Amino acid sequence: MSVPPNYMCPSSASGGLTRWRNRHSFNKLFPLDKQVLFPTLLKNLSRRIVLKGKIHHLIFILTLIFIFHSPAFAIDQISWFDPQKTNLLIGIILTLIFIFGFILYAKKSKKLKIRSIPGLEALDEAVGRATEMGKPILFSSGLGKMERVATMASMNILGSVAEKIAEYNTPLLIPNYDPMVTTVAQEVVKESFTKAGHPESYKKENIYFVTQSQFGYVAAVDGIMLRERPATNLFLGTFEAESLILAETGNSIGALQIAGTDSTIQLSFFIVACDYTLIGEELFAASGYLTKNPLVLGSIKGQDFLKLIIGFLIVAGGILSTLGYNFLINFLGKG
Amino acid sequence: MLAQFFVPHPLFLKGYQNVLDWMQIIYVFALLVGALSFLILHLDKISKKQKGWGYNLVAIAGLALMVFFGFYKGIQKGSPFLWIFDNLQVPMQSTMFSLLAFFVASAAYRGFRARNIQATILLIAGILVILGRVPLGEMLHSSIPQFATWVLNIPSMAARRGILIGVGLGSIATSLRIIVGIERTYLGK
Repeated sequence: MSVPPNYMCPSSASGGLTRWRNRHSFNKLFPLDKQVLFPTLLKNLSRRIVLKGKIHHLIFILTLIFIFHSPAFAIDQISWFDPQKTNLLIGIILTLIFIFGFILYAKKSKKLKIRSIPGLEALDEAVGRATEMGKPILFSSGLGKMERVATMASMNILGSVAEKIAEYNTPLLIPNYDPMVTTVAQEVVKESFTKAGHPESYKKENIYFVTQSQFGYVAAVDGIMLRERPATNLFLGTFEAESLILAETGNSIGALQIAGTDSTIQLSFFIVACDYTLIGEELFAASGYLTKNPLVLGSIKGQDFLKLIIGFLIVAGGILSTLGYNFLINFLGKG
Repeated sequence: MLAQFFVPHPLFLKGYQNVLDWMQIIYVFALLVGALSFLILHLDKISKKQKGWGYNLVAIAGLALMVFFGFYKGIQKGSPFLWIFDNLQVPMQSTMFSLLAFFVASAAYRGFRARNIQATILLIAGILVILGRVPLGEMLHSSIPQFATWVLNIPSMAARRGILIGVGLGSIATSLRIIVGIERTYLGK
């Protein structure tokens, strides 16, 4: 079947790409001329759906129609990149290179170590204490919803903690602020108990949704602490003004407390009221630290090298700015 | 989501808005799951007549009452729904929040004890910052407010930014691990 001339891009008609496209019938399905691209695609794909019954082509067509009818396509002047954000793009690309580079390195060498984190070292002690005292462990991921990275990090830690708890058959109480987090926490704990070989010890009723009112949640968790008297409190995730109320109540009942959050303001409250605190990035490094997964450890090493680069840029920016050269600060401060 | 941050094309912005809208829709269904979990938990405790089951009854009654008034009379100004919210829920929340003042005092007492050199420096800096934020500080010495501002803007800010850089990088690394499937614990795997 010959290729109609209007399907060809005139400027590249004699090029290798065009020959390759012709040979592989690409011009028939994906013509270079934008004026005929969408109608041709629709026609060819419709024929495939009718003749061959391929449903994924139908979904593709519906998506094309949706995009084609979008008002965004009616705009003549389009911009595909915001130049004010060049520095951020370079930063993200560098971050990706370092993190993925170290993940690949870790995959090959598997000999990466990270410094000791006292808050995570104390987890065994915390679980053991609760077991010896015959009291439950309370875990709270705070006010974060599932899209918050701190909440995801919290769920990753919960997986490792639940595995330890399952071995000792200690009750684990998880009151939640968000219904979606409740469902995820139930799945994580269930899987961890199964992995530890104690699926029968999993109690779904101990992981429940409380309320979406910030101080209603505090009142509920404080009430649980005062009634159930947990031996260990784990506050890991997103916390706001309620952090100190929770931590001080936990302190008043004599619970061993381990906390961690990404909020610098709440960290100070946790530091004074808790026994161990995961400061900033330690919360995100926790899952790698606990599972010893070399790929996760690799990404943590990548982070460390990025910190080194940022430190270097801060020092260089300071020196250059002092000498009157502001180009580095201006470039990094854009966007 | 990442592309729309760099590409100002309306198509990307529309796509981003669509994703946000879908998140809201999914979230409404998740809320139903939450309400169900709430009901099951409290009904179970009531049926077993566990200790303090009367409070569970109050919780269920509260939920039922708010749902009833919300659907029956609406949530506009002057409705029973809003009256209950303004006169019960808000004061209870304020009561819980006001506890924070007492907890700050007890936490400050523990945190500011001069056990070693670092704690003593913290204690002195804390006292000067507190004095610097109230008129008494300026009455005692004119440079106390300046010192308080310096402590907050230079050493305190430097420490905060150090933590924030770590948090930012940690968030990116965790997100990447989740996107590429290295970290799947949150999926229950």
